Amino acid sequence: MSSETDSTTKTDLTDASESSRQPSFEQVSRTKDVAFRWLTLAAALVGIVALAALLLNVLVDALAIFDPANGPWVDWQFLTNPPSFSNPYDAGFFPAIVGSIALMILIALITFPLGVGAAIYLEEYASDGPLTRFIQLNIANLAGVPSVVYGLLGLGLFVGLLNIGFGTLLVAGFTVSLLILPIVIISAQEAIRSVPDSQRQASYGMGATKWQTIRNVVLPRAMPGILTGTILALGRAIGETAPLIMIGAPTAVFGVPNSLFSKISAMPMQIYTWADLPETEFQYGVVAAGVVTLLVILLSINSIAIVIRNRYQTQE
Amino acid sequence: MSTDAPDLTNDGARSFRGIAFKTFFAVCAFLSILTTLAIIGTLLYDAVDFFAAVPPLEFLTGTEWTPSNEVYGVWPLISGTLIITFGSAAIALPIGLLTAIYLSEYATERRRAYLKPALEVLAGVPTVVYGYFALVYVTPVLDRILPLGTFNALSASIMVGIMIIPMVSSISEDAMSSVPDSLRQASYGLGATKFTVSTSVVVPAALSGILSSYILALSRAIGETMIVAIAAGMTPRMIDLTDPGGMFLESVQTMTAAMVQIGASDVVGQSTEYKSLFAVGLTLFVITFAMNLFSEWVSSRYREVYR
Repeated sequence: MSSETDSTTKTDLTDASESSRQPSFEQVSRTKDVAFRWLTLAAALVGIVALAALLLNVLVDALAIFDPANGPWVDWQFLTNPPSFSNPYDAGFFPAIVGSIALMILIALITFPLGVGAAIYLEEYASDGPLTRFIQLNIANLAGVPSVVYGLLGLGLFVGLLNIGFGTLLVAGFTVSLLILPIVIISAQEAIRSVPDSQRQASYGMGATKWQTIRNVVLPRAMPGILTGTILALGRAIGETAPLIMIGAPTAVFGVPNSLFSKISAMPMQIYTWADLPETEFQYGVVAAGVVTLLVILLSINSIAIVIRNRYQTQE
Repeated sequence: MSTDAPDLTNDGARSFRGIAFKTFFAVCAFLSILTTLAIIGTLLYDAVDFFAAVPPLEFLTGTEWTPSNEVYGVWPLISGTLIITFGSAAIALPIGLLTAIYLSEYATERRRAYLKPALEVLAGVPTVVYGYFALVYVTPVLDRILPLGTFNALSASIMVGIMIIPMVSSISEDAMSSVPDSLRQASYGLGATKFTVSTSVVVPAALSGILSSYILALSRAIGETMIVAIAAGMTPRMIDLTDPGGMFLESVQTMTAAMVQIGASDVVGQSTEYKSLFAVGLTLFVITFAMNLFSEWVSSRYREVYR
């Protein structure tokens, strides 16, 4: 068989696999084939459609579109008032929003240097020995430990052993930082790994030391990827509730935190305590408003990550 | 560094800075091992105290969980966790696999570019939001056709299932995408349809990846906390083997929900109830950690290497 015929056959078969021009033998059980195609498409869409329907529901409730007399629930007063557990029309989200943002800043300050440092060590310094493989496996496993277990770690270590105090900003920051650290490390590693080796070699060729190469060549190239990964991890961090419950975050906080040792509230924590109340105004009004606020803030955080990634990609 | 060129790296071994930074980076990396040790240490520390008060055999075989009466049998909580895990698996495993087949075999490049991020959103929604959705939207809708309680295992399972779909689909799709095209082409050459190629060639060839994604997703479902704490209620009960379906209609309590219940109450630091938190936490940690390791092992042990 000449190489020319060979390549023609290959092209034909590739076409068939993209089902643009189907050979007749493929039409034997075409019905089953088409049905299966639709089944897989339906499966791919069912989760997305379900979530979209739920989001639409909560948006309609939060804006009180069918009940304008009582709404909208998300308004300036909701965003600036302290919480209430008796009067839904007075209830606000302000301490929870501030608490979540303070928590996020603290977590960013802790996880960014530690996560990037660990990634640099694993990618740039560590030899490919059993110890490195063990650390790598360990990081992958830590990423799979349930968040409620990290809450117990925070409770036992930071509250119990180190006695920092129930539900304080510092304890929450440490606990959730440990929770997202594996995710930050893994994404920073991917970013560092994608820096071409030729650039490192060029730097060494100029007589740069390892640290100079990392600082001047590797980190600047990897930074957009590292930032994207870290911001996405922070988005996950402010959605966490279970660890905060375990470290004894209070169910009602009426002021904003003024030190690392203040007891804090957070958006998901506040949503959880409100969701317990049986009144319709809370269930379909105040909680819906809280959910929409949390999701909007999460969406803005994630869009920052996407903007960074896109700007970097267009520069390439 | 993996090049064939001679290593001319000036690693700055003599510079103080070079050593200082290397040490700092190494400490960061070793922090992960420290974290694992700290988790095991804190869980064991209080669990040991707990097991001094409650015999381990009683904890591991007991069929009643009533902390207020000092009765600590973990089986009702494991039953609850099994119910939720089974329910969410029934949703996520087939849907996730079909999604992966669509993405890897049928979807055009353009559709994949939209679908994959959209699926990732499912895993990015905070679980407290899913729990709220299950409680105030899913349960009332299902209540019209089924005799559901306010808190029930069914709507919690559905939500956990939706949450873990992307976990199954993304890992499975990676495995399917790495199946070489030559296998597909050989099958087409024998006259197979796309359906046959997908189900008889691609899926078997990617089986280790699919299996590993299933185990990881189940482990995630077992550890899921807020959805079940909000929507499935706080009623520890054993699986009724004569009517397992009926369990879904009623409230159950998972291990994680029991931990939230005790954690959110004002139990004092030295009570047995407080210590039971760590015993349940240890059980949960051991189960999920073993599953994560098993998943890692399956994917590396049975990985077909194509080149």
